[in-house]
Amino acid sequence: MSPMFYFLAGLTVLGALAAMSLRNPVHCALSLVVTFAGLAGIYLGMGAQFLGLAQVVVYIGAVAILLVFVLLLTRSAGGGEQEERAPSWRMAVLVGLLVAGVMGSAVMTVARWVPRDAAPEPVPVVQIGRVLMTEYALPLQVIGVVLTVAMIGAAVLAMPEKRGVKADRGAANGKDVVPGSGGTSPTRESGRSVS
Amino acid sequence: MAPSIDQLFVNLLHWVVGFLPELARPWASLVISLGSILSVFALLFGLTTVCERKAIARMQNRLGPNRVGPFGFFQFIADGIKSLTKEDVVPRTADRVVHFLAPLALLVPVVLTYLVLPIGRNMVVLDLDCGLLFFFAAGASTELAVFMAGWASRSKYSLLGAMRAIAQMVSYELPFILSTMGVVMMAGTLSTVGIVEAQAAVGGEWLARWNVFTPWGLVAFVLFVIASFAEANRSPFDLPEGESEIVAGYFIEYSGFKFALFFMAEYLGMFSSSAMAVTLFLGGWTAPVSFLSWVPSWMWFFGKLFTLMALFIWVRGTTPRLRMDQLMDFAWKFMLPMALVILPVVVVWHRLGGGWAGWLVCAPPLAVAWVLLGRALVGRRQIGPRTYRYADG
Repeated sequence: MSPMFYFLAGLTVLGALAAMSLRNPVHCALSLVVTFAGLAGIYLGMGAQFLGLAQVVVYIGAVAILLVFVLLLTRSAGGGEQEERAPSWRMAVLVGLLVAGVMGSAVMTVARWVPRDAAPEPVPVVQIGRVLMTEYALPLQVIGVVLTVAMIGAAVLAMPEKRGVKADRGAANGKDVVPGSGGTSPTRESGRSVS
Repeated sequence: MAPSIDQLFVNLLHWVVGFLPELARPWASLVISLGSILSVFALLFGLTTVCERKAIARMQNRLGPNRVGPFGFFQFIADGIKSLTKEDVVPRTADRVVHFLAPLALLVPVVLTYLVLPIGRNMVVLDLDCGLLFFFAAGASTELAVFMAGWASRSKYSLLGAMRAIAQMVSYELPFILSTMGVVMMAGTLSTVGIVEAQAAVGGEWLARWNVFTPWGLVAFVLFVIASFAEANRSPFDLPEGESEIVAGYFIEYSGFKFALFFMAEYLGMFSSSAMAVTLFLGGWTAPVSFLSWVPSWMWFFGKLFTLMALFIWVRGTTPRLRMDQLMDFAWKFMLPMALVILPVVVVWHRLGGGWAGWLVCAPPLAVAWVLLGRALVGRRQIGPRTYRYADG
């Protein structure tokens, strides 16, 4: 358990460091995936099977894919090296340190409540499901609504703006308009100008 | 006699592990069982490639491979030696590290899925509480490997192939996972072993309780198999490898053994998703009727697996490739709503307790939804004799 934990923790930290320091954005994204995988491994090592596997499904299967898609769609596909720092990097470092401080103090506080050598008890997934569907049913529904709202917002942003649709119906022929080809180009334009 | 053959491999494993010291036993058991499963499936991969080439050749009125060994069945050995001895070409502009890691990142998760597949009675490497989730987690990690391969090659064809593959895999993952939810609801567990045991015949029943014998299970099985065609990037969903458009897709810049690794990962993934279809819907290693339960459990499993593989080969030989918009429409406008319709039907089936009443209540809504969704998908496009705009004078 313990050597495995140190190996996974090292992997996680190294991945995070690489994600910060590598020059190529795609390499950064891939290093971040190493961090996600390390975290999932730590969860599994603590007996949190459901959490660990959900971490893999959500972060490696979806979030990482989203990251690389965004990288490819907003920059030139060759993935050129990005030399410049963001202008507000000092602010970013400050915020990062603040968050780390808050998290660290929270962990320290919790660590005082829990006995040091408490063996983690594996929780059967049935129990997680039962609690989610009864005690935490409302928060679950609220999270669902929040995510749906975000999705609808993204879809609305991606829709081509309709002006004079009736006039050129014959040309566009309804649904064949490519999303993002019409009025929503500003983000793409700015992305192109960077590279 | 029959029970000893049924448990032959289990007893063999116990016998071998018994020679080892106490401390090493769990690890040795894990390594030996995964190693033997992988060697069996690797051999199966070789044989399937030959069978597939021969079967498709017959469908296309050709002979297929017939030179190496009896009826050309040793062709896969020749192919393996060839791919091992070929030069490994890496494009000059490629990202060497990612290019090297991509085939491994594809193969390792696929291999991991075999850990939770119950091949026979007591024959599963890891009986996880979240076995099904483990399977999907490993399957979800392959998409990133596809991206790595396509991006690191620095070729526009490979990048296009990777984008197509990822878009397709992400879209079809939803019906792939959702169609299994009914099974989980009925079995009340995510463990693959538990799901198989829930489908065994109870008491003196004549017919086993396979999920495919229920109306919702039949529909979910069809959806699952279609989605696994798409996940395996096989015809009719082989756009990522569309030869006429993007040559070979995301592994175009791979040669020699790395190409063989991609090929192997594709086939092993196909085996594991077929095996999961067998586990979820076809009762895993259980016999369909109780008087046939003397046949060893692993024989049932492999028999069902080979039947599904034959289906895969048949479909590949006979269906044309879809267009990109047809592919997406099919996933989002037919497969996904259909998978959602299944869920309430499963609840009703569970409340009624199955049987004739269950069939009467559950089958009509599914049939209506199937027909209506299919009609909506085809839309205003007329079905009938094809008309040509330019070819006919």
